[in-house]
Amino acid sequence: MPVYHLTVNGEKRTVESTDPEQPILYILRNDLSLTGAKYGCGLGQCGACSVLVEGDVIRSCQLTINQASGKKITTLEGLSQGDTLHPVQAAFVTEQAAQCGYCTNGMVMNAVALLAHQPKPTQDDVKQALVNNLCRCGTHDRIIRAVLRASGKVLP
Amino acid sequence: MRHNQNHLHINRRDILRAGSGLLIAFASGVATAQQKNTPQIAPGKTLKADEVDGYLDIKQDVSVIVYCGKVDLGTGLRIAIPQMVAEELGVSLQSITLIEGDTALTPDQGPTAGSSGIMRGGVQIRQAAATAREALITLAATQLEKQREELVVENGRVMTMARDKSVTFASLLEGKPFSLKIDEKVRLKNPSSYTIVGKPLPRPDITAKVTGKHPYMHDVKIDSMLHARVIRPGAIGASILSIDDASIAGLKDVRIVRIKNFVAVVSSNEWTAIRAAKLLKIQWSDPASLTGHDKVKTWMQTSFADNSNAAGKETLIKKGESGKALSDSKTVLSATYYWPLQSHASMGPSCGIADVTKDSATIWSASQATHRLRGVCARILNLPTEKVRVIYRDGSGCYGTNGHDDVCADAALISQAISQPVRVQWSREDELGWDPKGPPQLLEMRGSVDENGKLAVWETDMWLPKATASLPNIPLLGPDAAGISQPQGLSTGLITQNAHPPYAHPHLNVTVHWLKDSPLRPSNIRAPGKIANSFAVESFIDELAASAKRDPLAFRLEGLADPRGRAVCEKVAELMGWQSRPSPVNSGHQGRGFSYVHYKFNETYVAIGMDVRIDRKTGSIHVQRIVCAHDCGLIINPDATRQQIEGNILQTLSRTLIEETTFDRSKVTSIDWQSYPLLTFPEVPELIIHLLDQPHQPPLGAGEAACAAVPGALANAIYDACGARLRTVPFTKERVKMALEKGSA
Ligand code: FES
Ligand code: FES
Repeated sequence: MPVYHLTVNGEKRTVESTDPEQPILYILRNDLSLTGAKYGCGLGQCGACSVLVEGDVIRSCQLTINQASGKKITTLEGLSQGDTLHPVQAAFVTEQAAQCGYCTNGMVMNAVALLAHQPKPTQDDVKQALVNNLCRCGTHDRIIRAVLRASGKVLP
Repeated sequence: MRHNQNHLHINRRDILRAGSGLLIAFASGVATAQQKNTPQIAPGKTLKADEVDGYLDIKQDVSVIVYCGKVDLGTGLRIAIPQMVAEELGVSLQSITLIEGDTALTPDQGPTAGSSGIMRGGVQIRQAAATAREALITLAATQLEKQREELVVENGRVMTMARDKSVTFASLLEGKPFSLKIDEKVRLKNPSSYTIVGKPLPRPDITAKVTGKHPYMHDVKIDSMLHARVIRPGAIGASILSIDDASIAGLKDVRIVRIKNFVAVVSSNEWTAIRAAKLLKIQWSDPASLTGHDKVKTWMQTSFADNSNAAGKETLIKKGESGKALSDSKTVLSATYYWPLQSHASMGPSCGIADVTKDSATIWSASQATHRLRGVCARILNLPTEKVRVIYRDGSGCYGTNGHDDVCADAALISQAISQPVRVQWSREDELGWDPKGPPQLLEMRGSVDENGKLAVWETDMWLPKATASLPNIPLLGPDAAGISQPQGLSTGLITQNAHPPYAHPHLNVTVHWLKDSPLRPSNIRAPGKIANSFAVESFIDELAASAKRDPLAFRLEGLADPRGRAVCEKVAELMGWQSRPSPVNSGHQGRGFSYVHYKFNETYVAIGMDVRIDRKTGSIHVQRIVCAHDCGLIINPDATRQQIEGNILQTLSRTLIEETTFDRSKVTSIDWQSYPLLTFPEVPELIIHLLDQPHQPPLGAGEAACAAVPGALANAIYDACGARLRTVPFTKERVKMALEKGSA
């Protein structure tokens, strides 16, 4: 079986795939037991599967193992250091910004990418940055607050 | 507090059979701090819903296991139920471990539906906790040689008021169960002395959810589990004409499982199963039996009138002589409102795992009704119910019966066929295409206002699919395709409630025209029926108020006697700075709207006000602000309650503005997020939510009620802004433009 090398959450990993077109979502979830990224649509439409590839937020359902080969990938699990949460994760906890939480991975990963490029976004910037991330539970308001909180905004 | 949701990986051999047929699960695989605390379950534990031991197990180390038949669907029950128990029993929150929806461990408290988690489930467990506390005090009175009145409970101990003597719950029980029926009249703690209930405590699962450690249904792995995809028919009701096995010959490690018209592909690798499902060529028949979504509205009335689909006419409420009063009225208003079929549209397509052996089955499921599903699976698999165990794991939010039950039946059928554990994951297209749908609703209102500008007469006529009496479950897709007989019929939830105004009305009539069939398989979807009904009622009240040139809020309040109802309305008016004037305003694009709902007429009170701006050129609706006042009685956890209300509001805003399941003659055509779009972040308005706490009233539900007040407030705000009356959901740009032209749409 063809073998691929990746760096996932700082660790070198070797995975096999019979199909070079296999999206890395399945590799992460099934082969590497990193289930933070979720399958929501497999169509690039919802964002639930988001991961960081070389620092950019990417939909892992759309990235093949062949394309990901040799790349540095960070998943939701890789954001926190032991019990210390990433500031975005901590802000999500403070705002209790999840209901079912199925969309949460996508929201957190996109927020991390946004704040890396734009450390002080306005509320509208946050809304635009998340325009292609869907949430069915209606947690949007808290997610916006959490991202603003993570950017250091003082919220009432 | 811990919650027992952490078995990421479950070893089949770890599921041991204990005395009295009880199954015990131990966690293995990834060990987490919580996992090490996975409780040992006492063999022989009762599942009786009317016994204290059904719900509570007090351990020797004074930790308490709470067995809850209701489940947390992302709704906050996982904090609220322990808060109720800790408060009533006199233990710390940290000492509680909650186990939810496991048919081998938790009593059957009915489905987690109808916003009943706290109102019924929680209240029942609170009674169990109070009964337990009273029994413990009695035991302690003997042991400490004190009067019961001299004793209090705190932190898992009974102690004297002076705190000079105390004894732990565990030592009072000496490892024995309570063996007590729940006392329904038991003395409950005075809410004035609450220290845990009423606090906005954080939910225990959020950290795990934001770090990727929360074990969802979708993440469960079982030893030697295979991955399967079910191939749903090319058309609803289709049968297989031919299967071309050779079409997947190029793929290794795949097998086809076929039971009549049920076809699945199975592989040890999930991606291989997905590829096989895409590649496998099947020729299906095409019965082309559907109405088409654009014809449903007319079809509901015509198919009743020509008797092809009529299941009787029923008068639900009759007061005074509405018919005569209407014909005596100078002006009679009438209007027709329509709510389309909609999907539950869960973010994560449904997933289930089944491990079926010759004589037993274990199913992992995100179903909102694990106990009900147990019976269903037993029937499908032809096993005795007691040989089937269904274990709840969190899914993606479901908001009613989505595909969670179907997918478990899929997994069960395949696992039985191949004698191996099987995980079935639906695709996005499966979920939007095949989840049971919220049924369509058509309402026709007639009414008049008297010469004093007061509501005089009201008539509602509804066209609704008739739910089949005592249907045990919705007919599931897998068994139907596999030719396994199951009770057939329609399941809708209670969809006739809230179909008349909660305001004084001398003459009233509510009639339903029952339809035998519904265009697509229906099921309960959040706040079943009440959203469309309240939309029609609260819109029509506004139409009547406008016709009488009355301020819509004053018009409502005039006929509203219930002080709790008045309080939510007045609160919204205050928060919005409501100025008394009739609608519409002259601006042409900026308006405000109001809506009030007393949910089911005996539960939660909700008022909602909205500010909107209309772009007359494009027809787009910009909702700027939503203000909500909410009274659900005693509030267990204000933050979790608030979050439920936010979710109700935004989800229903999405349903009202955008959502409709579309279908042609053969099948559903809205099968991805482009053809079934949801509300996006830029469309999210400012939310102002005010909770009216009623600590001395019973707790009511917060999972549904606010939904029902959303569409009316929106329609009324649009009318106020631009004089266009929207009576058909969704409020698309085209409809807004049409209504601007013609007055209504
Ligand atoms: S699962 Fe990848 S975008 Fe939806
Ligand atoms: S929290 Fe459930 S989908 Fe966003």
